[in-house]
Amino acid sequence: MLKKVAIACVVTATLVGAVACSQQTEVSAPAASKGIEPKLFTDSLFAVMNADRANYTKLVVARLGPKGSGVVKPDEHWEEFDNGTLLPAQMFRAGSEAVAEVTDEFTYSLQSLWPIGKQNGPKTPLEKEGLQYVVDNPGENFYGEETLGDVTYYTGVYADVAVSEACTSCHNDHKDSPKTDFKIGEVMGGVVIRVPI
Amino acid sequence: MWLTWALITIVIAGYFGYTLFLSDDKSEFIVGPASHGHYQIEMACETCHTDAFGGPEILQDACENCHADELKASRDDHPKKKFTNPRNAELLSLVDARQCIACHTEHQEEQTRAMGVTLAEDFCYHCHQEVGENRPSHKDLAYDSCQSAGCHNFHDNRALYENFLVENANKPWLNQISKLKAANFSHYKAPKPEISSKSETTAREAVAIVNDKIASHSDIHQQWAASVHANIQLDCAGCHLIEAGKSESRSWVEKPGIESCESCHAQEVAGFTSGKHGMRLSKKLSKALTPMSPTLARLDFHEQAQHQQLSCNSCHNVHDLNVQVAAAESCLNCHADEHSRAYQASAHADLWQAEISGEAEAGTGVSCATCHMPRVESNRYVDKARTIKEVKVQHNQNATLRPNEKMIRPICMQCHSLEFSIDALADETLIKNNFSTQPAVHIESIDWAMKREQ
Ligand code: HEC
Repeated sequence: MLKKVAIACVVTATLVGAVACSQQTEVSAPAASKGIEPKLFTDSLFAVMNADRANYTKLVVARLGPKGSGVVKPDEHWEEFDNGTLLPAQMFRAGSEAVAEVTDEFTYSLQSLWPIGKQNGPKTPLEKEGLQYVVDNPGENFYGEETLGDVTYYTGVYADVAVSEACTSCHNDHKDSPKTDFKIGEVMGGVVIRVPI
Repeated sequence: MWLTWALITIVIAGYFGYTLFLSDDKSEFIVGPASHGHYQIEMACETCHTDAFGGPEILQDACENCHADELKASRDDHPKKKFTNPRNAELLSLVDARQCIACHTEHQEEQTRAMGVTLAEDFCYHCHQEVGENRPSHKDLAYDSCQSAGCHNFHDNRALYENFLVENANKPWLNQISKLKAANFSHYKAPKPEISSKSETTAREAVAIVNDKIASHSDIHQQWAASVHANIQLDCAGCHLIEAGKSESRSWVEKPGIESCESCHAQEVAGFTSGKHGMRLSKKLSKALTPMSPTLARLDFHEQAQHQQLSCNSCHNVHDLNVQVAAAESCLNCHADEHSRAYQASAHADLWQAEISGEAEAGTGVSCATCHMPRVESNRYVDKARTIKEVKVQHNQNATLRPNEKMIRPICMQCHSLEFSIDALADETLIKNNFSTQPAVHIESIDWAMKREQ
C-alpha cells in the first residue's frame, strides 16, 4: 500500500511538471496565418483529387485491366496477386491515408449513401446532409461547418459521378452494394474534404 | 510532527527516485505482472517506457518498434491510418483504435484475455452494430462471438475474408500429403574469409590451434565432416577462432555465442530473437537479459530441462547440424504441456516417423517445426533477369501461433481444406490432443459465404 502511495506521489509530481512544460511550448507556437479562403482551398484540392481519380480509372484500370490489355488485375484483395492493383476507391483511400501521415491541415475521404464498404457510409450529420445534397442537386457542391471531437471544421462535399461502365457494373453486381441500379452519369457518392478552422 | 512527515516523504521519494532514475533493478515499479507476450522482458522497462515523461505516443512507438512489420505483413484490417480521419471522432471516444494500448493494456493481469486483449470481448459492437441489418446470417449473433469463434480476427484475416472462403469452399478435408519445400541458402551471408587472409604467422598459428583441437575431439570432427558446414568449407576456425579486438590475432573460443551464428544466419537469428525463445536476447531491448529458460517460463516443461538456457545450440547440434533432430526431438526434450505430450501419438507424428526412418519421401512428415517454425517461401529480386525463390525457416515460433488462424494458409492448407483447418483450429480438444481426432466443432463461415453466392 505504502509503495502504491509513494508511486502515486512521484507520478503526480512528474505529471505536474510535464503539464507545466507542455503549456509553455503551446504559448510559444505562433498562430497559423489563414491566407486562403477555405472554399477555394477545398475546391482546389477536389480538382486535383478528381483528376487523379479519373486518370487512374481510365489510364490504368481501364487501359491495363481485364477490359484492356489485361496486364494488371484490379481487385479488392489486390495483395493476393503479383499483378494485383488497387480498385479506384482503394487507390483514393491510399492517397488520403498517405496525406494524413504528412499533414493534418486537411483530410478527405470517399463516401456514399449506398456504400459497399460500410465504413464509407456517412458518419456525421453533416456528411449525411452533404451526400444527399449532391445527389439531389447535380452539378452543385455542398459546404458547411461541423464540430467533431473538439475541433471545428469547414467541410466540403463534392459529387462522385459514375464516369464509366466499369463504375456502375462493378457496384451494381457487388454483393455488398445496397443499390443495384446505378447508371452512367449518376452520382454514386461524394468526396468529403475537411479543413480545421 | 510535520518535520517527521516531511522526512518520511523525502526518504520514500528519494528511494523511488533512485530506483526510477539510477538503479538497474526496477521491479519495485512493476504495477502488475506483464502479459503472456511480454513477461519475459518486463525487467527491461525502458524497451517500452523509453521516456519517463512521455505520453501514449511513447508507448505507441514502442509497440510499433517490434510489431509494425508483422502487422503490415498480416494485411492488418484495422491499421491506425484507417482511424485518423476526424469523421471517426465519435467512435474513437469509445475505443481509440489509433493506439495499440486501447485494446492491449499491459500489466493488467486480471483483465487480460487471449492475445493480450484487455477490452471487453464484445468490442466489435462499438463500430459494427449494423452488421445484422445487412447480413441475415449475423442477425442474432452475440457481439462477443465475432472474434472468438474462428470467424474474424481484428488484425489478420488473410485466411478468413469472404472471397477466400468462397474460393476454397467444398474441398475434401485432406487433399494430399504435400511435400515441404527444402530450405535453401541463398539468403545466407557468405562465411567469414579464410584465416589465411591474415598475416603468415597468425595463419600458421591458427592452423596449429585447429589441428590440436581436432586431435582431441575426433568425434566432433567426424560429425562436422558429414555436415553442411563441411560442404561449404566452413571449418572449425570459421566459428571458434574469433578476432580479439583490433589485433590481427584470433583466439580460440570454446563455446561461440549467438553472434557467431548470426554473422551468417542473420535472418534466422532475427526470427529467433523476435519470438518467445529468443526475445530476451533481442537487440531491441533496453538492457541485456539472461537467455530464456524453462524456469522462467509459464508453460509446462520437463523437470530435467528446467535449467537449460535457450540459444541456437539448444535445438541445433551445431556440429552435425541434423535439422530433423531440431524439428521435433529438440522441442520435446523441453516442452511437456498437453499438446506437446500428445504429439507422438498423432497422425502427424506417424508421417514424421515415416520420413525420418526413410520409408516416406523427405518433406512429407509433419514435425513440430512444420507448424511452429514453418518454411516460408519468398521471392528475392536480384535484377531484371533474376528473381531468386528463397525458402527460409521462420525461427519466430510465435509468427504463426497467435491467433492460430495465422497457420491456416502457410501450413494447414498445404494438405487440408480451408473448412477443415478452420474447424480444427477452433476446437480446443484437438489442440490438446494434437489433432488426433476429427473436429467436433463446425464454424459456419464458409456455409454462410456460399449462401450469399447463390
Ligand atoms: C471492380 C470493382 C469496382 C469498380 C470498377 C469501381 N468500384 Fe467503387 N468501389 C468498389 C469497392 C469494392 C468499394 C469499397 C471499397 C472499400 O471497402 O472501401 C468501392 C467504393 C466506392 C465508393 C465509396 C462508397 C462505397 O461504396 O464503399 C464510391 C463513391 C465508389 N466506389 C465510386 C466508384 C466510381 C465512381 C467508380 C468509377 C470511376 C468506381 N467506384 C469503380 C468497387 C469498384
